[in-house]
Amino acid sequence: MTEWRDNVDSKKSSMDVFINGLIKENPTFVLMLGMCPTLAVTTSAINGLGMGLTTTVVLVLSNVIISLLRNVIPDRVRIPAFIVIIASFVTIVELLLEGFIPSLYSALGIYIPLIVVNCIILGRAEAFASKNPVILSFFDGLGMGLGFSAALTIIGAVRELLGAGEIFGYAVINNALAGICSIFGAEPIEYVPISIFVLAPGAFFVLAALTAIQNRVKRKRGEKGLSTDKIQSGCVSDCKSCVNSACNHI
Amino acid sequence: MASMLKVSSNPHVRSKDTTARIMQYVVIALMPATLFGIWNFGLHALLLVLVTVAAAVLSEYIYDRCMKKKNSISDFSAVVTGLLLALNLPPKAPLWIGILGGMFAIIVVKMLFGGLGQNFMNPALGARCFLMISFTSIMTNFECDAYTGATPLAVIKSGAEGSAELLDMFIGRTAGTIGETSTIAILAGALFLLIMKVIDLRVPCSYIVSFVIFILIFGGRGFDMTYIAQQLSGGGLMLGAFFMATDYATRPITKNGQYLFGIFLGIMTGIFRLFGPSAEGVSYAIILGNLLVPLIERVTKPTAFGKGKRRSAQHG
Repeated sequence: MTEWRDNVDSKKSSMDVFINGLIKENPTFVLMLGMCPTLAVTTSAINGLGMGLTTTVVLVLSNVIISLLRNVIPDRVRIPAFIVIIASFVTIVELLLEGFIPSLYSALGIYIPLIVVNCIILGRAEAFASKNPVILSFFDGLGMGLGFSAALTIIGAVRELLGAGEIFGYAVINNALAGICSIFGAEPIEYVPISIFVLAPGAFFVLAALTAIQNRVKRKRGEKGLSTDKIQSGCVSDCKSCVNSACNHI
Repeated sequence: MASMLKVSSNPHVRSKDTTARIMQYVVIALMPATLFGIWNFGLHALLLVLVTVAAAVLSEYIYDRCMKKKNSISDFSAVVTGLLLALNLPPKAPLWIGILGGMFAIIVVKMLFGGLGQNFMNPALGARCFLMISFTSIMTNFECDAYTGATPLAVIKSGAEGSAELLDMFIGRTAGTIGETSTIAILAGALFLLIMKVIDLRVPCSYIVSFVIFILIFGGRGFDMTYIAQQLSGGGLMLGAFFMATDYATRPITKNGQYLFGIFLGIMTGIFRLFGPSAEGVSYAIILGNLLVPLIERVTKPTAFGKGKRRSAQHG
């Protein structure tokens, strides 16, 4: 297993790696990693954002440390070593959240300690940080983390909008309806929230719809001849062709 | 002359039955229940039925146009879906409930999975459950001008005696969704479908018989025929058994599978009605059964003629 350490592409710039994580290989909509927090905590935009940023912090820190230690950690014990590093950061972040943002801490609940087993973090450690230098790993963690945060926030916002009529706690639909009704001089109509969207089935509906839209946009770009390439950072387009990397068993 | 000769390889289809014709038969068969519901519940029920059917058909038309697919509304299946959904709505539900339900049934449950025949779940029931979960208070409010009380099943479940008159339940003069109340109207439609050979009795009979046996064992009333008759005609069981469990796309195609499917539905309906928190459970039972259809078909796949012995030999 020495050859994968030489996988480093010298042409990769920090910006490419960052954009790759944020958009081209978005962990939620393209890689389909980290589905458990994606489906479970996105009942509102603020919860999605909180979960995403918490994961980003852990991801950036663990990517940097693992990249620093990549030539020290023996291959055979690399997974336990990664887990120890990740778990330490999760513990730190959990204690900080409990101390300083208790409302978010109680809203996310069990899903904070579960960041340890979030496959985005372990996946980036295995597929990127353990083969790439520190700066690139930092930007990979930042790009992936912000991509995850953006995805979770969007899912949370859509679910909150349909399921409660609000975004970030602001009653946008009712305000808009009241505004429209006042133009026509009519009685304001109350929005009846479609509460299935804040329940589990709604998470699947919204995730599936957003992923479909994302795929359609990407196909349109491909038809126009624009580049849809991803950086070869572990996972290629499908898992069947993925032989030597760890992405198909995490 | 040459154009009159059509040569094709077998099997040669001689039947005149097309999808559209079968769907038209189903619409005709649903007419007694629909008309009774409108007569029973008034003008708003008529509006709700029309709006729901229109929403279902329009959604299919617009989806086909947007996705550049062949227009499929002429097969009448969207009309059946919309009508079945409307019959499953409370008579005083606001009109937008019907529109939203029709759109969900057609676009999410049917068209996204590939259209008629590809849907894994009965679209009307999928939409009904979507509405039930989203708007519980609207979907369980059966109060209207004619009836202010609870549905007969809710009355039975709460333990009150006497207020659910059996004859009224059979004719349909009770509270409930638009199309479920009149057992006799539903049975008339079902008889029509049976005579036209659109449906057969395998699923409905095994469903109803297994449900009755379940109620006999676990209902706690023994051989109380009034109680059993109330359970049979009080809720959506008849509508579900004859019109929704028999949906071609979402029931097993093997004969034994159909019996198994019916038995499963009967047991699940019994469990939901007796032990669940709500008085009704037909729609959840049927969509759960729909999900199990691939497994049921796998278990009951018949052995091709001449292959039986070799297969048993292979497996020792």
